[in-house]
Parts: sequence; structure tokens; C-alpha cells
Amino acid sequence: MFTPHTDADREEMLRVIGVHKLDDLFADVPAAHRFPLLDLPPAFTEMEALMQMEELAGANETAHDLACFLGAGAYYHYTPAVVDAIIRRGEFLTAYTPYQPEVSQGTLQAIFEYQSLIANLTGMDVSNASHYDGATATAEAAVMAYSHFRGKRTRFILSPSLNPQYRDVVKTYMSGYEHELLGCDSEPLGKPNDLTALLNDNTALLVVQYPDFFGRIFDFTALIEKAHEVGALVAVAVNPIALGVLKTPGAMGADIVVGEGQPLGIPLSYGGPYLGIFATKKEYVRKIAGRLVGESIDGKGRRGYVLTLTAREQHIRREKATSNICTNQGLMALAATVYMSFVGKSGLRQVANLCYQKAHYAAAQIGKVPGYEVKTPAPYFHEFIVKCPKSVEDTNLHLLDHGILGGYDLGKDYPALNGHMLIAVTEMVSKDDIDALCEVLAEVNHD
Amino acid sequence: MNIPSNLKYTSTDEWVKVDGNIATIGVTDHAQEQLSDVVFVEVTVSVGDKVAKKSTIATVESVKAAADVNLPVSGKVVAVNEDLPQTPELVNTDPYGKAWMIKIEMENLAELDNLMDAAGYEKHTKE
Amino acid sequence: MTEATIYEISSPGRIGFRYPACDVPETPLPAGLIRADLPMPEVAELDIIRHFTNLSHLNYAIDSTLYPLGSCTMKYNPKINEDVARLPGFAFSHPLQPVETVQGNLAMMYELQLWLAEICGMAAVTLQPSAGAQGEYTGVLIIRAYHQSRGDTKRTKIIIPDSAHGTNPATSAMSGFEVVGIATDSNGNVDIDGLKAILDDTIAGLMLTNPNTLGLFDQNVEEVVRLVHQAGGLVYGDGANLNALLGIVRPGDIGFDIMHFNLHKTFSTPHGGGGPGSGPVGVAKHLVDFLPTPVVSIIEEGDEEIPPLYGFRTPEKTIGRMKSFHGQFGMMVRAYTYISMHGPEGLRDIANCAVLNANYLLARLRKTYHVPFDRICMHEFVMEGHLADAPEVHALDIAKRLMDYDFHPPTNYFPLIVHEALMIEPTETENKQTLDRFADVLIKIADEAKTSPELLHDAPHNAPVGRLDEVRAAKELVLCCWLPEKI
Repeated sequence: MFTPHTDADREEMLRVIGVHKLDDLFADVPAAHRFPLLDLPPAFTEMEALMQMEELAGANETAHDLACFLGAGAYYHYTPAVVDAIIRRGEFLTAYTPYQPEVSQGTLQAIFEYQSLIANLTGMDVSNASHYDGATATAEAAVMAYSHFRGKRTRFILSPSLNPQYRDVVKTYMSGYEHELLGCDSEPLGKPNDLTALLNDNTALLVVQYPDFFGRIFDFTALIEKAHEVGALVAVAVNPIALGVLKTPGAMGADIVVGEGQPLGIPLSYGGPYLGIFATKKEYVRKIAGRLVGESIDGKGRRGYVLTLTAREQHIRREKATSNICTNQGLMALAATVYMSFVGKSGLRQVANLCYQKAHYAAAQIGKVPGYEVKTPAPYFHEFIVKCPKSVEDTNLHLLDHGILGGYDLGKDYPALNGHMLIAVTEMVSKDDIDALCEVLAEVNHD
Repeated sequence: MNIPSNLKYTSTDEWVKVDGNIATIGVTDHAQEQLSDVVFVEVTVSVGDKVAKKSTIATVESVKAAADVNLPVSGKVVAVNEDLPQTPELVNTDPYGKAWMIKIEMENLAELDNLMDAAGYEKHTKE
Repeated sequence: MTEATIYEISSPGRIGFRYPACDVPETPLPAGLIRADLPMPEVAELDIIRHFTNLSHLNYAIDSTLYPLGSCTMKYNPKINEDVARLPGFAFSHPLQPVETVQGNLAMMYELQLWLAEICGMAAVTLQPSAGAQGEYTGVLIIRAYHQSRGDTKRTKIIIPDSAHGTNPATSAMSGFEVVGIATDSNGNVDIDGLKAILDDTIAGLMLTNPNTLGLFDQNVEEVVRLVHQAGGLVYGDGANLNALLGIVRPGDIGFDIMHFNLHKTFSTPHGGGGPGSGPVGVAKHLVDFLPTPVVSIIEEGDEEIPPLYGFRTPEKTIGRMKSFHGQFGMMVRAYTYISMHGPEGLRDIANCAVLNANYLLARLRKTYHVPFDRICMHEFVMEGHLADAPEVHALDIAKRLMDYDFHPPTNYFPLIVHEALMIEPTETENKQTLDRFADVLIKIADEAKTSPELLHDAPHNAPVGRLDEVRAAKELVLCCWLPEKI
């Protein structure tokens, strides 16, 4: 427990306040409901709490213990030790939103650097200080497009190969606005050009993913041009690691880039906290939801940073704000900033290349195992689809027995892809892990 | 505080200059003082739009506040100040002149009767 | 003191981190899809550590000083929380693993749902929302879905008191509702007559922060809830100020239908310079079926020998998914640890001390600063940062001057209903000596305001930078820096 008062302190303070006992401070609380007895376990000491938490954590088998071939939106990567050393510093960890710039320059400059790194990585002009995760960043792109057209365009096209959870969250976020959502029912393994038929002059936003949910990489330049011809905006959801080698969405003409920043030095942590990337072109900067940090100077001409364009935000605009977002994922953005800075130019290329090479090796080897068929045509990045001879669930249980965390069961989201597994390969698996995976897959087919 | 006597005013700090059936609209000196340094103006209607009374026609932002500019009279937009978004500080320096926002062809001149004159507005700002 | 940016530190060809060599045969990268350049920094490990350590020194933080931001609950964040969140079993578990392999996570989440429901008197809790604002969004979408499921489609308005956080109206508007404001009466409570006047069958609900942003427990709260229910509306509780109520009263017992929790305020998870937050939502029995998907549940009952099997369930009339996966899991681990270290008595002591500390500061300051709604407060109070005998000095000047004494300023200019507001929340983890020092400094500053107001106008004098030109920042909009060659 973390309250510091001695009995003498409490008495002295009550005396200064002018009441006799602590309970007198709660006279406004309805008497019938005052001071309930909470049915909670008795307090643990720190030692006991740690033991309990170790026991719970120990009940999990994780990517740390298993060879991990599971991705589908969250990826197991190596995080250099410096990342945690920085984000554990109390000066970052226990600071609030930098509303008082004079005493928050550390946080502000770190966000400014985050914005810079993301803009450079995605090939866009500006980035905000982050959203909750890739899914909510995508939903904020939809809300932004809606307000950009002042509600006059109501068609939103989501590629069927956009992460199904992102599609679900867009649907939830758009439920308060007049709109139609298209594209979700299209052929899952279709090509980008299939979506052009859905574009019309009522289209506010088209969302595609790069690499897509199945790992495929397409050049969207032509599709984006067609969307622009009808005046629609295009958002591209990215995996930032892939941008270590791949052409940027900015170079393809994207208006908005969103994405899951978790691969940038943020632990899997069972799905959160993660990092929602959001970058756009200069002309849309005032339409961005969420925080932005800008450079300025103080009275002595010293460079410093402030939250800027805050008049867009809910604390000023209230019901007129286009988003209710209040926090950003500050600490996760800091982790990504340290990661991108430290791994840097050469490291980001290396890690992207390792993912690409190992995935292609894995696909080639799995393709040789009787009964399995690789369904993702090249080019792909670090994920690909494998058609399995047995159910994905059974296959994965078998893999688990051999210390392997198998891929994602695509049948959960795409009935047409029943029996198809999405396999992810990062720098964390070795050639031996891949070879072992193939051996066990062969075994599954023989059982 | 500058309150020209030839204009009409709303309780939400817009001014209206009437010239036949054409009304020019902007925000008052009092409004810009309240806002402090204006950093952004966006006119949200275009020439040709038919706009109803009370609709929002523009947004004005300073570093600490934002205000919507609401239309006091219904009609058709006939001109929009295209220069204002590039020079938002005009709202502070010349609120009644170069910082005009839109011109509108009024549908119903009787709507002007609900507006205040300079004396009425001056009283209003002191309340 | 300023620190160079990471791009200014970068030096072409410098390498900080190396990956192992590729151990598989290589395939050419896809021609035509390769980026030409990668304008990212090139720095060594020590460059990185120095840079970010130097930056950290430019921040004020709870670990170094009192951080009395009203409505933000800047309490001490226990270090053990950080250790447990990094246990490999938690930190390296993938959100899509088969549930059989993550029973530790799910058991913890299940129990945390139960604990939060117990603390607030709600029937069920979802842990999914990412932060308080998203918790509100979840709650308001539930309100909408509830009325729609009953065919009650004319309820298009949400009532929000003028003292509410900006997220309340923003959330309601995003959810397609019209916002109807309601005034605060002279005692700092919701104005009952005003409420009666606007309640009808178009009202979907009311969002209430209690204790409110004046730091006061609404003395009319039971009547407010009764009236809204009578009109067919639901009552949403903004849990921003829950710290004052732990073990004191359960919002569910008073009749609140929905509320959100801020794990990063009440349950000590770190604010991290602006996030991540975590905003679980609790609902009463009639709203359980509308919770976002998925909810952690027991999918196979256990017995004396076998523990139950935990998994996920989609509620029957769910509003859908609010974010990827299951919520800000790492924050749940911390909050769970925190609650288990307190137990029922410990939680009650948090509220006791939070309220004691706020009232003590109020008692020490009310002779110097005007307190417009002056009665026993809860965990925070609001005073005017404007002194009759120093008319040129504003709340902002007082806030900035506090920095010179190594204190973080309180929240200022909020709530909007108090002129020149300074909103002070000391939290329960501050000791009496710190509170006394803070009160002494505020009293001294009031004196400075009269004798040497320029000291306040020009403050801060000792901070890393002085007041920054916000107009310039907004007009010039320098939002990124680039590698030197691009400039």
C-alpha cells in the first residue's frame, strides 16, 4: 500500500480541515449506500503479489517458449535492450500528457521525433502522435474522410484483404454516421483492380492493406489514381517493418497511411498496449484526429516543442470535435521512436530482409511437404497462406505438442478459406525451426 | 472596442453589412479579442450553396479556442473570401474589412429585423 | 537547455544494432516494389541512451515531484507493476494463441472483470476499451443499441452537465446523438429544475461525472438518476474521478446503468506521457448482452480437480468490436497487481487519503484563493487563479510560477464554469510534508502576485525552456524534422 500518513498526520490534517473523523468527509454520499463491504480477496504484500503473478504468467505458453509462426496482426520481433531501458525511466513513464510544455520537453521532443520517423518511413508529410492501435487508426481514417467531405460522401470501401478486425472496428466506429460499407464480401483473394468497380463519386474512402492480411504485396499506384479520379481518399494500412525495404504508400499516392506499430519494439503482450500509426498529406493536417506536436521557440529564441492545432480537439471543441480521442499511446510511441532510431537505417533494412527471406524459404519448404499447398502467389512479405490437409485447429494442436505455435486459422474470418492457415515468419525463427515445422506438418498429414 | 454603426450584429458575434439584398458576413472585433491570435479560418460553404439561417458557414481557430461562424440570414452564397485561409490574422487586424467571410443573396429581408444595431450590440457585449 | 534531434545526431554510415546473418538461401526482393531510400537515423547505442536520457531530464514526472493535475489522478505508479507486466509469460503471449495456451492471461482477465464489477456494483465488465474516451464511446453506443433493441428510436439526445470533460459531448456527437447541456446549481450539483425541464421521451441518457469536475459529490445524485430513469433514459457514469469512491460507494448501487474505469488513473497504471490508458466499462444487468465482443468467460466449468477453462464469448446483441484483440492487456496486469495488493480495506484507504489530502490543501488555501463552490470536497477542488489585489495576474501565470518551485502546475482553465480555474488533485500518495510545502508555495506566489507581478508574467524562470510561442507553432506548422540532405 502506498498511502504515507501516520495516525498523527491524519489527526492533525482532520483538525486543520475542522472535522472529527475521516467518515465525516463523506457526508454527501447517500447513507444507505455508504461504505459497502467489498467482496475482494485480502491484500497481498509485494512478495505475495509477485508470486501470484508469476504463477499466472507461468500458466501460459508463449512465443518465448515456442517457435512462433503466428502473426495476423501482431508479430514477434526482437526488441533491443535499449528500448525498455528508456521507456522504464520514471521521467517518461510517470509524466502526463504534455499540456505544460515548459516542463514536458522530453515527452514533446520524443513525440516530434516519432512524427518525423513515421513520416519518413511511410513517405508521408505528417504523422500524428499515434492512436490506440492499427484498427482504431483505420477507423479514425474513416471518420476523418467522413468529416472531410462533411458527410456528403457516404460510401466506404474496405478491401476484403484488410485485417478482419480492422474492418469490424471501422464498422463499429461508423455506426453513428450515415454510410454504406462495401468490399468486405468481395472475393478474399481478389486483386486490387477488383475494387475499382465499387468506386463512384459518392466514395469517401477506400482502404487497402500493404502487405495485405494474406501477406501479399501489390503496387496500388493505379488503384489510387482511379480513386482520385472520382475524388475519393485512399488509406493504406501498413506493417511498418515491411517499409524497411518496400516502396512507400506515399510514393504510390496514398492520402492516409495507418498501421499497427507493434512490430516496432513493442511486446506482443497478449494484444496490447500497441500503437496506431496515422500519417497523411500536408493538406489534411487540420483534419487529423489526435495530438500533434509542433516546433516553436521561447521568448529567448530557444527551440522548443508544443502541442499544436489543439483547437481541433475534444477538450476545446467538445461536441463539434470530429473525434473524442484524448490520450495517445505515448509510451508505445516512445518505444517505437527508440526502436526506429536505434535499429536505424541499416537495421530496418536487415530485419525486413530477414523476414522476407525466411518467409520465402518457409513457403518453399512447406510447398514440398505432401498434402500442403502454398496459396499466396509471390510477391509476398512475411506471411503467406497454406492450404492444409487436416483442419487448422487439429494441425495447430499437433504443432503445439512439438513446441510450435502454428499459424492463424483463416476459416474463422473467411468461410471460403476453411482449412487454410496464415503463416507468419519473422527474424525470430531460425532455419532449424522452419525445418522442424515442415517435419511436423508431414507427420500431421500421415496421422 | 470597435463597433461600426453601419452594421448589424448577432448575439453570437457575427456582423452583417447590408447592401440591397446582398449581405456580407464576418465576425466582430469583440469576437476576435475573445479568441486572441487567430491561426486558422476555414469557410465551409461554396459559391452557389443555398444555406439556411443558423447554419455554420465558417470555423475560426486560435491557439486556445475555436468558434463557428453562423449564418444570421438564409440565402444563396454569391462570394467567398478566398484570401482569408492564407491570412487568418486579418480576423485580428481588420475584422470588419479584409476579414469578411462570405456574401449572401438574402431570401427573406425580414430576417434582418432580428439583428441588433451597434448600440444594442455594445450593450450585449457588456452583459 | 535544448537537445539536438535524433536526425541531427545521425551520422551517415554509423551502425548501432546488428541482426544475425541470414541463415536461409536468399530470394531476390520484388523488383519495382523496393523503396529507393530509407531516411532513418544512423546512431550508436550510447548516442541513443544519452539522447533519450537527456530528453527525460527535461520532464517533470510523478517520480520526481508533486503532479497535482486535477481530474488526472497522478498517483504513485508502483514499480512492481512494471516488473509483472514484463514477465515473459505475459509479455510474449500472442493475442491469437489457442486459449488453452493462455489460461494464465484469461484467468487474470476474468477475475479482473469480476473485481471491477464488484468495486462498482455492476453486473458485468468489458476490458476491451483502450482508454477512458473509448470507454465512453463504448458506453454511449450501448445506450443507443439498448434503445434501438426496444424499438425506441426517437431517443436522439444525451444530456451532459456544463462541468463535464470535453470527451463526453465529443463521444455523444460521434455516436450520432445531439448534445443537450445542463447547468450546475449554486451548490455545484446538477440543477434539478433544469433537468426536469429537458427530460422527455427524446432523451436517451445522461452522462454524469460524480464526483464532478469541481471535486464535489453531487448531493442530488439519487434524484438525478431517478428522474432520468423515470423518463426512460439511462445514466452513464464517467469514472474519471472514481479514486474518491473506492470502498465509499458503488455507482451501481446508486442506480448508474453504465460506467467506465480509467485504469491509468484509479488503478495506478502509468500515464506514460499521454498514454496508453485503459478504459474498461461496467454495465448493469439489463445491458450485459450489448457489451463489445469479445468478453472473457468460462467456457467449460471446472470441478474440484480441474480448473475451469477460460475463453471468449460474443454477447448476444453486441455493439461490435472497439479495437484489435482484447484491450490494453499490459495495463490490466498492472491494475490486477495493484488491486490484489490493496484488498477491500486498502482500496477504502486510497479514497480516504485522497479525500483527506484534497480537503487539507483546500483548508490551507481557501483564505488565500477564492473557492467558488466551497464545501467539503472529494479527491480534488477548484479554486480561482485570480486574486482581487493582483488583477493583472492570471491562473496561467500562477501555474507557470509553480514550475520555478519544482512543482507541476494543477489543471488550469478547466472546468469552464469556474473563472480562471485551478483544479488541484493531490492524490493519496502524497505525504503531509509535500502538501504543506505546496500550500506554502502557493501562498507565497499569491504574495508575489501583489508585490512583483512581473515575476509571474515571465515565469517559468528555471524550467528547461520559457513560455513557447504557440501562435508561431500553429501557423508555421513544423511537425517533422528530416535528414539534412532532404532540407
